[in-house]
Amino acid sequence: MSKKLDYILQLADNAMILGHRLSELCGHGPILEQDMAVTNIALDLIGQARSLYQYAAEVEGQGRSEDDMAFMRDAWKFKNALLVEYPNKDFAYTIARQFLFDAYNYPFYKLLAESKDQTLAAIAEKSLKEVTYHLRYSSEWMIRLGDGTEESHQRIQTALNELWMYTGELLEASEADTAMLAEGIGVDLAKIAPLWHQKVDEILSIATLEKPEVKWMQKGGKIGSHTEHLGFLLAEMQYLQRAYPGQEW
Amino acid sequence: MDKKNWPLWEIFIRSKQGLSHKHMGSLHAADEEMAIQNARDVYTRRNEGVSIWVVESKHITASSPAEKDSLYDPANDKVYRHPTFYNLPDELTHI
Repeated sequence: MSKKLDYILQLADNAMILGHRLSELCGHGPILEQDMAVTNIALDLIGQARSLYQYAAEVEGQGRSEDDMAFMRDAWKFKNALLVEYPNKDFAYTIARQFLFDAYNYPFYKLLAESKDQTLAAIAEKSLKEVTYHLRYSSEWMIRLGDGTEESHQRIQTALNELWMYTGELLEASEADTAMLAEGIGVDLAKIAPLWHQKVDEILSIATLEKPEVKWMQKGGKIGSHTEHLGFLLAEMQYLQRAYPGQEW
Repeated sequence: MDKKNWPLWEIFIRSKQGLSHKHMGSLHAADEEMAIQNARDVYTRRNEGVSIWVVESKHITASSPAEKDSLYDPANDKVYRHPTFYNLPDELTHI
Protein backbone atom coordinates (compact mmCIF):
# COMPACT_ATOMS: atom_id res chain seq x y z
CA MET A 1 0.00 0.00 0.00
CA SER A 2 2.86 2.41 0.71
CA LYS A 3 3.96 2.39 -2.94
CA LYS A 4 0.49 3.58 -3.85
CA LEU A 5 0.71 6.32 -1.24
CA ASP A 6 4.10 7.37 -2.63
CA TYR A 7 2.63 7.45 -6.10
CA ILE A 8 -0.30 9.66 -5.12
CA LEU A 9 2.04 11.96 -3.23
CA GLN A 10 4.28 12.33 -6.30
CA LEU A 11 1.27 13.70 -8.18
CA ALA A 12 -0.13 15.72 -5.29
CA ASP A 13 3.22 17.32 -4.44
CA ASN A 14 3.86 18.30 -8.07
CA ALA A 15 0.51 20.09 -8.15
CA MET A 16 0.91 21.66 -4.70
CA ILE A 17 4.45 22.95 -5.12
CA LEU A 18 3.96 24.30 -8.63
CA GLY A 19 0.66 25.83 -7.55
CA HIS A 20 2.35 27.51 -4.62
CA ARG A 21 5.17 28.80 -6.81
CA LEU A 22 2.66 30.39 -9.15
CA SER A 23 0.66 31.80 -6.26
CA GLU A 24 3.76 33.75 -5.23
CA LEU A 25 3.12 35.89 -8.30
CA CYS A 26 -0.33 36.93 -7.07
CA GLY A 27 -0.20 40.71 -7.03
CA HIS A 28 3.27 40.65 -8.60
CA GLY A 29 2.52 39.58 -12.18
CA PRO A 30 4.20 41.54 -14.94
CA ILE A 31 0.84 42.95 -16.04
CA LEU A 32 -2.69 42.69 -14.63
CA GLU A 33 -3.92 40.19 -17.22
CA GLN A 34 -0.97 37.85 -16.66
CA ASP A 35 -1.23 38.22 -12.90
CA MET A 36 -4.75 36.80 -13.18
CA ALA A 37 -3.80 34.14 -15.72
CA VAL A 38 -0.98 32.80 -13.58
CA THR A 39 -3.00 32.82 -10.35
CA ASN A 40 -5.87 31.05 -12.15
CA ILE A 41 -3.44 28.27 -13.01
CA ALA A 42 -2.20 28.28 -9.41
CA LEU A 43 -5.79 27.78 -8.19
CA ASP A 44 -6.34 24.91 -10.64
CA LEU A 45 -3.21 23.18 -9.39
CA ILE A 46 -3.96 23.69 -5.71
CA GLY A 47 -7.45 22.30 -6.35
CA GLN A 48 -5.91 19.21 -7.95
CA ALA A 49 -3.52 18.90 -5.01
CA ARG A 50 -6.45 18.97 -2.58
CA SER A 51 -8.23 16.07 -4.30
CA LEU A 52 -5.01 14.08 -4.40
CA TYR A 53 -4.08 14.81 -0.77
CA GLN A 54 -7.56 13.78 0.36
CA TYR A 55 -7.10 10.51 -1.45
CA ALA A 56 -3.56 10.09 -0.11
CA ALA A 57 -4.81 10.59 3.45
CA GLU A 58 -7.55 8.01 2.85
CA VAL A 59 -5.10 5.48 1.39
CA GLU A 60 -2.68 6.05 4.26
CA GLY A 61 -5.45 5.42 6.79
CA GLN A 62 -3.77 7.17 9.72
CA GLY A 63 -6.52 9.72 10.20
CA ARG A 64 -4.50 12.57 8.73
CA SER A 65 -6.18 15.34 6.74
CA GLU A 66 -5.33 16.98 3.43
CA ASP A 67 -3.95 19.92 5.42
CA ASP A 68 -1.63 17.62 7.39
CA MET A 69 -0.34 16.26 4.10
CA ALA A 70 0.40 19.69 2.67
CA PHE A 71 1.53 21.58 5.74
CA MET A 72 2.93 19.11 8.27
CA ARG A 73 5.40 17.12 6.19
CA ASP A 74 9.06 18.10 5.94
CA ALA A 75 10.98 18.66 2.73
CA TRP A 76 12.43 15.13 2.51
CA LYS A 77 8.92 13.69 2.60
CA PHE A 78 7.89 15.67 -0.48
CA LYS A 79 8.03 13.70 -3.71
CA ASN A 80 7.55 16.42 -6.31
CA ALA A 81 9.86 16.74 -9.31
CA LEU A 82 12.74 19.20 -8.86
CA LEU A 83 11.49 21.22 -11.83
CA VAL A 84 8.38 22.49 -10.07
CA GLU A 85 10.21 23.82 -7.00
CA TYR A 86 12.50 26.01 -9.12
CA PRO A 87 11.99 29.71 -8.23
CA ASN A 88 10.01 32.05 -10.48
CA LYS A 89 13.06 34.28 -11.08
CA ASP A 90 11.54 36.18 -14.02
CA PHE A 91 8.60 35.67 -16.36
CA ALA A 92 10.73 33.66 -18.82
CA TYR A 93 11.67 31.14 -16.11
CA THR A 94 8.07 30.98 -14.94
CA ILE A 95 6.82 30.23 -18.45
CA ALA A 96 9.62 27.80 -19.38
CA ARG A 97 9.08 25.82 -16.15
CA GLN A 98 5.33 25.77 -16.78
CA PHE A 99 5.68 24.66 -20.38
CA LEU A 100 8.17 21.87 -19.66
CA PHE A 101 5.86 20.59 -16.93
CA ASP A 102 2.59 20.99 -18.87
CA ALA A 103 4.03 19.13 -21.87
CA TYR A 104 4.54 16.22 -19.46
CA ASN A 105 1.44 16.67 -17.34
CA TYR A 106 -1.05 16.76 -20.22
CA PRO A 107 -0.27 13.33 -21.72
CA PHE A 108 0.23 12.02 -18.18
CA TYR A 109 -3.30 12.88 -17.04
CA LYS A 110 -4.69 11.69 -20.33
CA LEU A 111 -3.30 8.22 -19.65
CA LEU A 112 -4.07 8.35 -15.93
CA ALA A 113 -7.74 8.85 -16.83
CA GLU A 114 -7.64 5.20 -17.98
CA SER A 115 -6.23 3.99 -14.65
CA LYS A 116 -7.72 0.92 -12.98
CA ASP A 117 -7.96 3.03 -9.83
CA GLN A 118 -11.33 4.75 -10.09
CA THR A 119 -10.46 7.68 -7.86
CA LEU A 120 -7.24 8.52 -9.70
CA ALA A 121 -9.01 8.13 -13.03
CA ALA A 122 -11.74 10.53 -11.92
CA ILE A 123 -9.27 13.11 -10.61
CA ALA A 124 -7.29 12.82 -13.86
CA GLU A 125 -10.36 13.31 -15.99
CA LYS A 126 -11.38 16.42 -14.10
CA SER A 127 -7.84 17.82 -14.08
CA LEU A 128 -7.29 17.16 -17.76
CA LYS A 129 -9.58 20.02 -18.79
CA GLU A 130 -7.54 22.42 -16.69
CA VAL A 131 -4.21 21.02 -17.79
CA THR A 132 -5.25 21.30 -21.44
CA TYR A 133 -5.63 25.03 -20.95
CA HIS A 134 -2.35 25.29 -19.00
CA LEU A 135 -0.49 23.70 -21.89
CA ARG A 136 -2.13 26.02 -24.38
CA TYR A 137 -1.28 29.04 -22.24
CA SER A 138 2.37 28.14 -21.68
CA SER A 139 2.87 27.03 -25.31
CA GLU A 140 1.56 30.32 -26.67
CA TRP A 141 3.86 32.23 -24.33
CA MET A 142 6.89 30.11 -25.30
CA ILE A 143 6.20 31.05 -28.92
CA ARG A 144 5.75 34.73 -28.20
CA LEU A 145 8.81 35.06 -26.01
CA GLY A 146 10.97 32.91 -28.31
CA ASP A 147 9.84 34.56 -31.51
CA GLY A 148 9.44 38.00 -29.92
CA THR A 149 12.16 40.55 -29.38
CA GLU A 150 15.89 39.88 -29.18
CA GLU A 151 15.76 40.27 -25.42
CA SER A 152 12.72 38.02 -24.87
CA HIS A 153 14.32 35.37 -27.11
CA GLN A 154 17.55 35.45 -25.17
CA ARG A 155 15.79 35.34 -21.80
CA ILE A 156 13.54 32.39 -22.60
CA GLN A 157 16.45 30.48 -24.16
CA THR A 158 18.51 31.06 -20.99
CA ALA A 159 15.64 29.85 -18.81
CA LEU A 160 15.16 26.78 -21.00
CA ASN A 161 18.87 25.90 -20.86
CA GLU A 162 18.97 26.24 -17.10
CA LEU A 163 15.80 24.24 -16.42
CA TRP A 164 16.56 21.48 -18.89
CA MET A 165 18.54 19.32 -16.47
CA TYR A 166 15.46 18.97 -14.28
CA THR A 167 13.31 17.46 -17.04
CA GLY A 168 14.99 14.02 -17.02
CA GLU A 169 13.39 12.78 -13.83
CA LEU A 170 9.88 13.58 -15.06
CA LEU A 171 10.24 10.76 -17.56
CA GLU A 172 12.26 8.37 -15.40
CA ALA A 173 10.31 5.81 -13.41
CA SER A 174 10.67 5.75 -9.63
CA GLU A 175 9.99 2.60 -7.62
CA ALA A 176 6.46 3.85 -7.05
CA ASP A 177 6.00 4.50 -10.78
CA THR A 178 7.15 0.98 -11.66
CA ALA A 179 5.08 -0.70 -8.96
CA MET A 180 1.89 1.18 -9.88
CA LEU A 181 2.38 0.55 -13.60
CA ALA A 182 2.59 -3.17 -12.85
CA GLU A 183 -0.75 -2.98 -11.06
CA GLY A 184 -2.44 -1.14 -13.91
CA ILE A 185 -2.89 1.94 -11.72
CA GLY A 186 0.04 4.09 -12.80
CA VAL A 187 1.01 5.61 -16.12
CA ASP A 188 3.70 4.13 -18.37
CA LEU A 189 6.34 6.89 -18.54
CA ALA A 190 7.90 5.17 -21.57
CA LYS A 191 4.73 6.16 -23.42
CA ILE A 192 4.91 9.75 -22.12
CA ALA A 193 8.52 10.36 -23.18
CA PRO A 194 8.00 10.42 -26.98
CA LEU A 195 4.86 12.57 -26.56
CA TRP A 196 6.77 15.02 -24.38
CA HIS A 197 9.64 15.30 -26.86
CA GLN A 198 7.23 15.69 -29.75
CA LYS A 199 5.40 18.57 -28.07
CA VAL A 200 8.60 20.27 -26.92
CA ASP A 201 10.18 19.95 -30.40
CA GLU A 202 7.02 21.31 -32.04
CA ILE A 203 6.77 24.39 -29.85
CA LEU A 204 10.51 25.14 -29.73
CA SER A 205 10.63 25.02 -33.50
CA ILE A 206 7.77 27.53 -33.88
CA ALA A 207 9.34 29.64 -31.12
CA THR A 208 12.71 29.61 -32.97
CA LEU A 209 14.37 28.23 -29.83
CA GLU A 210 17.20 25.71 -29.60
CA LYS A 211 16.66 22.44 -27.77
CA PRO A 212 19.31 22.54 -25.03
CA GLU A 213 22.19 20.13 -25.42
CA VAL A 214 22.45 19.50 -21.71
CA LYS A 215 22.95 15.77 -21.28
CA TRP A 216 23.38 15.51 -17.53
CA MET A 217 20.15 15.32 -15.63
CA GLN A 218 19.69 16.23 -11.97
CA LYS A 219 17.20 14.00 -10.22
CA GLY A 220 16.04 13.00 -6.75
CA GLY A 221 12.74 14.80 -6.24
CA LYS A 222 10.65 11.66 -6.45
CA ILE A 223 12.60 10.09 -3.56
CA GLY A 224 12.72 13.25 -1.46
CA SER A 225 16.21 14.62 -2.32
CA HIS A 226 15.40 18.20 -3.14
CA THR A 227 17.19 21.37 -4.15
CA GLU A 228 17.70 24.04 -1.50
CA HIS A 229 14.75 25.95 -2.97
CA LEU A 230 12.11 23.61 -1.55
CA GLY A 231 13.07 24.33 2.06
CA PHE A 232 12.53 28.06 1.62
CA LEU A 233 9.27 27.47 -0.20
CA LEU A 234 7.93 25.22 2.57
CA ALA A 235 9.08 27.60 5.29
CA GLU A 236 6.72 30.19 3.86
CA MET A 237 3.95 27.84 2.77
CA GLN A 238 3.79 25.91 6.07
CA TYR A 239 4.43 28.78 8.47
CA LEU A 240 0.85 29.33 9.54
CA GLN A 241 0.00 25.68 10.24
CA ARG A 242 3.31 25.18 12.04
CA ALA A 243 2.92 28.27 14.20
CA TYR A 244 -0.80 27.82 14.86
CA PRO A 245 -1.56 24.12 14.33
CA GLY A 246 -5.10 23.21 13.35
CA GLN A 247 -6.08 26.59 11.94
CA GLU A 248 -8.99 26.42 9.54
CA TRP A 249 -10.73 28.80 7.17
CA MET B 1 13.32 53.23 -20.08
CA ASP B 2 11.27 52.87 -23.18
CA LYS B 3 8.18 51.08 -21.97
CA LYS B 4 5.91 49.96 -24.75
CA ASN B 5 2.38 48.95 -23.87
CA TRP B 6 0.44 46.17 -25.52
CA PRO B 7 -2.54 47.29 -27.59
CA LEU B 8 -5.97 47.52 -26.03
CA TRP B 9 -8.71 45.02 -26.94
CA GLU B 10 -12.47 45.20 -26.46
CA ILE B 11 -13.96 41.98 -25.14
CA PHE B 12 -17.39 40.63 -26.06
CA ILE B 13 -18.77 37.55 -24.36
CA ARG B 14 -21.88 35.52 -25.02
CA SER B 15 -23.35 33.97 -21.91
CA LYS B 16 -25.16 30.63 -21.76
CA GLN B 17 -28.56 32.28 -21.78
CA GLY B 18 -27.67 35.21 -24.00
CA LEU B 19 -28.29 35.23 -27.70
CA SER B 20 -25.79 37.93 -28.51
CA HIS B 21 -22.31 38.85 -27.43
CA LYS B 22 -22.18 41.63 -24.84
CA HIS B 23 -19.40 44.09 -24.27
CA MET B 24 -17.65 43.14 -21.02
CA GLY B 25 -14.77 45.59 -20.90
CA SER B 26 -11.29 45.91 -22.28
CA LEU B 27 -7.82 44.55 -21.59
CA HIS B 28 -4.27 44.61 -22.90
CA ALA B 29 -2.73 41.81 -24.95
CA ALA B 30 0.10 41.37 -27.41
CA ASP B 31 -2.10 39.91 -30.18
CA GLU B 32 -5.56 38.49 -30.86
CA GLU B 33 -4.84 34.96 -29.65
CA MET B 34 -3.45 36.28 -26.38
CA ALA B 35 -6.42 38.64 -26.08
CA ILE B 36 -8.75 35.61 -26.14
CA GLN B 37 -6.65 33.84 -23.51
CA ASN B 38 -6.58 36.95 -21.32
CA ALA B 39 -10.31 37.44 -21.75
CA ARG B 40 -10.86 33.85 -20.65
CA ASP B 41 -8.81 34.52 -17.51
CA VAL B 42 -10.19 37.95 -16.72
CA TYR B 43 -13.86 37.69 -17.69
CA THR B 44 -14.97 34.04 -17.62
CA ARG B 45 -13.66 32.99 -14.21
CA ARG B 46 -17.16 32.69 -12.79
CA ASN B 47 -18.72 30.70 -15.56
CA GLU B 48 -19.93 33.72 -17.48
CA GLY B 49 -19.41 32.71 -21.05
CA VAL B 50 -19.61 30.21 -23.85
CA SER B 51 -18.08 32.33 -26.60
CA ILE B 52 -15.54 35.16 -26.75
CA TRP B 53 -15.01 37.84 -29.40
CA VAL B 54 -12.08 40.23 -29.28
CA VAL B 55 -11.66 43.39 -31.33
CA GLU B 56 -8.68 45.66 -31.17
CA SER B 57 -9.99 48.92 -29.74
CA LYS B 58 -8.50 51.02 -32.51
CA HIS B 59 -10.84 49.34 -35.00
CA ILE B 60 -13.90 50.65 -33.23
CA THR B 61 -15.25 53.93 -34.54
CA ALA B 62 -17.31 55.68 -31.92
CA SER B 63 -19.81 58.51 -32.22
CA SER B 64 -18.72 61.72 -30.61
CA PRO B 65 -20.46 62.86 -27.39
CA ALA B 66 -20.39 66.40 -28.83
CA GLU B 67 -22.77 65.31 -31.58
CA LYS B 68 -25.34 64.05 -29.07
CA ASP B 69 -27.83 66.80 -29.87
CA SER B 70 -27.84 66.35 -33.60
CA LEU B 71 -27.76 62.56 -33.49
CA TYR B 72 -30.35 61.74 -30.85
CA ASP B 73 -32.55 64.73 -30.00
CA PRO B 74 -34.50 64.70 -33.27
CA ALA B 75 -35.97 61.33 -32.22
CA ASN B 76 -37.44 62.84 -29.05
CA ASP B 77 -40.59 64.36 -30.56
CA LYS B 78 -41.44 61.50 -32.92
CA VAL B 79 -43.57 59.37 -30.67
CA TYR B 80 -45.32 57.86 -33.70
CA ARG B 81 -42.22 55.74 -34.22
CA HIS B 82 -43.21 53.70 -31.18
CA PRO B 83 -45.87 51.10 -31.85
CA THR B 84 -48.21 52.54 -29.21
CA PHE B 85 -51.04 53.73 -31.43
CA TYR B 86 -52.66 50.42 -32.14
CA ASN B 87 -55.71 49.15 -30.32
CA LEU B 88 -54.97 45.65 -29.21
CA PRO B 89 -57.76 43.11 -28.89
CA ASP B 90 -58.32 42.04 -25.27
CA GLU B 91 -57.63 38.38 -26.07
CA LEU B 92 -54.06 39.24 -26.95
CA THR B 93 -51.78 38.83 -23.95
CA HIS B 94 -48.05 39.02 -23.30
CA ILE B 95 -47.56 42.17 -25.35
